Amino acid sequence: MTLLVGSFTMGLILSLLALGVLISFRVLSFRDLTVDGSITLGGSVAAILLASGWNPWLATLIAFFAGAIAGTTTGILATRFQINGLLAGILVMTGLYSVNLRVMGKSNLPLMKETTLVTFAQSFASSEAKWSFGRWEVSVQDICVVVMVAGLISSVALLMYAFFRTNLGLAMRATGDNDQMIRALGVEVGWMMTFGLALSNALVALAGALLVQYQGFADVQMGIGMVVWGFASVIIGESLVGSRQIGLLLVGAVMGSILFRLLVAIALRWGLNPNDLKLVTAVFVFAALVLPDAITHLRKRMAST
Amino acid sequence: MLELENIAKTFHAGTPNEVRALRGVSLKIEPGSFVIVIGTNGSGKSTLLNAVAGSFIVDTGRLKLKGHEITRWPEHRRAQFIGRVFQNPFSGTAPSMTIAENLALAAKRGRARGLGWALGSSVKTDLYERVRAMGLGLEDRLDNAIGSLSGGQRQSLTLLMAGLLKPDLLLLDEHTAALDPKSADQVIRLTEEMIRRDKLTTMMVTHSMHQAANLGDRLIMMVQGRVLHDFQGAEKQRLSPEDLLARFEEVRCSEQLDETASEMLSRQYV
Ligand SMILES: Nc1ncnc2c1ncn2[C@@H]1O[C@H](COP(=O)(O)OP(=O)(O)OP(=O)(O)O)[C@@H](O)[C@H]1O
Ligand SMILES: [Mg+2]
Repeated sequence: MTLLVGSFTMGLILSLLALGVLISFRVLSFRDLTVDGSITLGGSVAAILLASGWNPWLATLIAFFAGAIAGTTTGILATRFQINGLLAGILVMTGLYSVNLRVMGKSNLPLMKETTLVTFAQSFASSEAKWSFGRWEVSVQDICVVVMVAGLISSVALLMYAFFRTNLGLAMRATGDNDQMIRALGVEVGWMMTFGLALSNALVALAGALLVQYQGFADVQMGIGMVVWGFASVIIGESLVGSRQIGLLLVGAVMGSILFRLLVAIALRWGLNPNDLKLVTAVFVFAALVLPDAITHLRKRMAST
Repeated sequence: MLELENIAKTFHAGTPNEVRALRGVSLKIEPGSFVIVIGTNGSGKSTLLNAVAGSFIVDTGRLKLKGHEITRWPEHRRAQFIGRVFQNPFSGTAPSMTIAENLALAAKRGRARGLGWALGSSVKTDLYERVRAMGLGLEDRLDNAIGSLSGGQRQSLTLLMAGLLKPDLLLLDEHTAALDPKSADQVIRLTEEMIRRDKLTTMMVTHSMHQAANLGDRLIMMVQGRVLHDFQGAEKQRLSPEDLLARFEEVRCSEQLDETASEMLSRQYV
């Protein structure tokens, strides 16, 4: 049960990653690989600030803005300097690796006695308190953490939903949907793209900040493969809600992230080697990207013969 | 209203694919005039409209719109004055967004876009009325994705979007060419109504001699990146589709003559 609650919390935290990837991948139609670097950036900035005794809310907020700067950089490379979007992301991601090492001063930073958002949430219950559901027992502290994270994620998702219904948000969606049209309506596409990438990576960094507080350490390697993780969550979310409506996409991304994390926990429980996890995820995303087309293709072939 | 001073544009300059799409076009368009642009394929009609809209910056020459020197303005900045409908019905709308959202985007053409609700109730009722006035029965489908509509419906909506904020200049590039005859007639009817009602200054490219003869108060014929004929006033009103076809025939003949003449010359001198 503790495992289940743990995976659920992890899925919730990483749904911020999924929401960020949703903005670049679906709203802007931009395949942004900065993510691997910006989630670690969020993590390392939060970790170093917490280790120096900063208020955890403030540290988390600063991590958010650090992510925004990373996204802005990718946006500027891709729009002002006209570098291919994938390459722009890779460049920033690569550069961020050194930045993250600089920020933390070493490759691994544990958070032991520091006050974090997680210890803050846990402080609402005693460590012995347990709730039992039938034969399962759950620590109340764990529940407190879930509630806090869930509250945070719901507010972020609600804010995003509201944003995408404002004039600015509408223009951002149109930028990914039909840039020729939105340019003719007076929007500077490059700026809008950069702003969207800033927002996207800010959310990703927020996920990183929460992640280090939850696992109790930051590691310079923690971002590897995270972008694929984000794609997987978004894709699962889309098939769960079966719609491209923005509100449902947001809900889907959160659900997709949680479901994916639970699936992984189950697979690991069944004996999947953790070292194979990234390969399995990559294959899964590949399949999810090509299968829908392949199936329609097959159907057509079958129908025509 | 719009002044073009000897504008020129060459694509892929200095390569074997060099195309001199505009070779010095000068035009002065008065406020409220409705200019039809015709010409053979590749004569530079779309390039002319794109140059005005700012899809690219011209190589030489100057553009003035509404008293502003816009030669170096990027496209999004010119958008505050210009409404556009493209030839491709898919180009003018964002397919995954709803009809209402697309219209709301157009309702902010060339203006600051902030954090106000895009579809507040007053905006919504206003848009509802505008769509109802088109008479296509789309007013009850405002919350449907625009991608689910037919090409004709999308083009009609693009036209409504282009005209929503009464542009100082309306650019129409063969906006009925991709439609079936019935939808094309409908879009042309809407176009005429809108231009007359709002007294819009318009440039409209068309391949239909029928449209060219019946619409507009001025007609420009382009050949090889230049303006060959410019008919205005009574002269324009007298033009029939047959006259226009005859003009095209002349161009075809002279182009053929050019080719044979240059061949002859090259045989003699090279
Ligand atoms: N973006 C571009 N890049 C390269 N060449 C271009 C570009 N746009 C136009 N051209 C070339 O410029 C010439 C004029 O093209 P344009 O599209 O203006 O012709 P048009 O009069 O609109 O023809 P049509 O009736 O076929 O639409 C053509 O030879 C075309 O290939
Ligand atoms: Mg054309």
